[in-house]
Amino acid sequence: MTASATTTPLVIKKIEREGKEESQWRIVGRRFARHRLAMISLVIIIIIFALTLLAPVISPFSRDAVDIAVTARPGPPGTLSSAGEVHLLGVDHLGRDLLTRVLYGGRVSLTIAFIVVIFQELVGVSLGAYSGFYGGWPDGIISRIVEFLLSIPTLPILLITSSILIKTDAQLPVPAFVTNGLARFFDSTPQDANKVLVLCLILVVLGWTGAARLMRGMALTLRGQDFVESLRAMGASNGRIIFRHIIPNGIAPILVNASLGLAAIVIFESALSYLGVGVQEPTPSWGNMLASAQSYMFQAPWLPLVPGIPLVLVTVAFNFVGDGLRDALDPRLKR
Amino acid sequence: MSEATPVVAQTIPSTNGAQHGAIGDILLNVHGLQMYFPITKGIVFQRQVGAIKAVDGVDFSLMRGETLGLVGESGCGKSTTGRAILQLYRPTAGEVVFEGQDLTKMKGEDLRKMRRRMQMIFQDPYASLNPRMTVGSIIGEPLEVHNIGATKKERQERVQELLKTVNLNPYFVNRYPHEFSGGQRQRIGIARALAVNPSFIVADEPISALDVSIQAQIINLMEDLQDELGLTYLFIAHDLSVVRHISDRIAVMYLGKIVELAQRDELYEKPMHPYTQALLSAVPIPDPVIETQRQRIILEGDVPSPANPPKGCRFSTRCPRVMDRCRQDEPVFKDYGGGHFAACWLYEEGNP
Repeated sequence: MTASATTTPLVIKKIEREGKEESQWRIVGRRFARHRLAMISLVIIIIIFALTLLAPVISPFSRDAVDIAVTARPGPPGTLSSAGEVHLLGVDHLGRDLLTRVLYGGRVSLTIAFIVVIFQELVGVSLGAYSGFYGGWPDGIISRIVEFLLSIPTLPILLITSSILIKTDAQLPVPAFVTNGLARFFDSTPQDANKVLVLCLILVVLGWTGAARLMRGMALTLRGQDFVESLRAMGASNGRIIFRHIIPNGIAPILVNASLGLAAIVIFESALSYLGVGVQEPTPSWGNMLASAQSYMFQAPWLPLVPGIPLVLVTVAFNFVGDGLRDALDPRLKR
Repeated sequence: MSEATPVVAQTIPSTNGAQHGAIGDILLNVHGLQMYFPITKGIVFQRQVGAIKAVDGVDFSLMRGETLGLVGESGCGKSTTGRAILQLYRPTAGEVVFEGQDLTKMKGEDLRKMRRRMQMIFQDPYASLNPRMTVGSIIGEPLEVHNIGATKKERQERVQELLKTVNLNPYFVNRYPHEFSGGQRQRIGIARALAVNPSFIVADEPISALDVSIQAQIINLMEDLQDELGLTYLFIAHDLSVVRHISDRIAVMYLGKIVELAQRDELYEKPMHPYTQALLSAVPIPDPVIETQRQRIILEGDVPSPANPPKGCRFSTRCPRVMDRCRQDEPVFKDYGGGHFAACWLYEEGNP
């Protein structure tokens, strides 16, 4: 008797919790937060990104300023400038401050990564959803293009296209405020900023296929589901079905693909710049800094580490974030 | 197709129809409905090499407020019939006259407007609700699609009202489908179908995915809603006892055709078509004494392929009472008295 009397309040408490339910994204966020490695990685990415944004505050030197007073070129960390300031990470072979350049290089490399990933996912998702949902000959054409792009080895084709476009000084017809804004952000000329955009375009054109294939597969399975049929029965338009139902339901693998894509693009951009057909001097990027460090590697072993360490950190971190997202978005794992 | 059917079909009185409208008020008239799915060969240059005749000449009509049960084994075209009526598949041939308009000839915006009048309840309550949307937005979606309700608040109120109509707590609006049981999800599906105030609902095996204990709740809910809102149902199922409970009339399908259509009790007590007889003999009886004495008619063989149906009567390959004529001529679907339709040569004059 006494036992039953004490247990009753528990039942009442449970009913009070009506109406306030967690949205699915909050559940995903909570599950992601529990993935320790992914959270650490996210923090590292945020810190590196913040540092690159704070470049002018952190470092007193300007990006391309050559310090003639420094005789040891490349100079080791701690080298004093003519004005008596410390080059924290040393100077490169031309006597430019490495800390400043690695921070601005990070701006360039990360900006490229974000621009490319955003556009390649946008293109991939819309084409993939379209071809998967409608099927028929548009699907045939899009799928063949995807297979064609996937069948050619990426690096050689990237090398060829970018060497043609970069060496011929091709300019992308974008509004002036975009190039000017980017130029201010990179601390470079609008022409150089536009070259970065050309590189982005090349990477997008060759990189949208992954997202397209993922989204096409999702659209194919989703379009046969009863809830899509119910939308047709209620008279919903195809656009509504695609944008409100197919894409939101298929977005989980796309997010994972995007975060892994960020890492891949940072590497690709570095590889291209390292080979001399990516971001062009004097605009720094982690890739072309590695390239110029190569010749002095044996006298100045810290030189490749300056762009190398953030490069490795960022790519590994993006990969862990992708892993964490994949686990958090997996509907089979409850809570 | 048989010429006699549409004329006679309109004279069938409905038992339940009188409560909600004048007798003879026909809501839906399906005539000669055919739904063929092409079989294609080749990858780049596809050519049609045949057709799956999923529905091949179906005629019936529905009175306002009536429930027509549609039964038959898996793959006989029940669901396809339902979907072809709602124009979810565009029929290959035939007419679907709903509230005086032929749906097969309607397109685009006209058809979209008509969708407010007819809705569907699905078999699988797990697949028929978008898992990423809250219950509120699932039920509110048809309101948005058809611009019902001027403000967001009005729509929300309507959604809560609908939840109450299907006996769910109106506070559930912010929850997601995965938080509900199968029966509750099916109620959500029903609420969504009701949102646009339809007069006609195709229920495509609405209870076959549910627990037996829940099935009764859903059936009772559907009956209550019919009484309240004057709904007309096309109830597709393969559970014969459930169909007997809910239907006014019952149509039996076999391989894309209706073989028998009659008033509920008439069909169960005096089945004419050998297929119906075999089907009914398979219903278990909840009385052990009678159950042991029950004579079952066990059909031999498999259902023939709908891509290549047999000549003459489609049931002739498996019929225990098959005659020579059945293998030659297709039987006419006609009224054998009191609105009891059948397509069988056994009852023709001059046959034993």
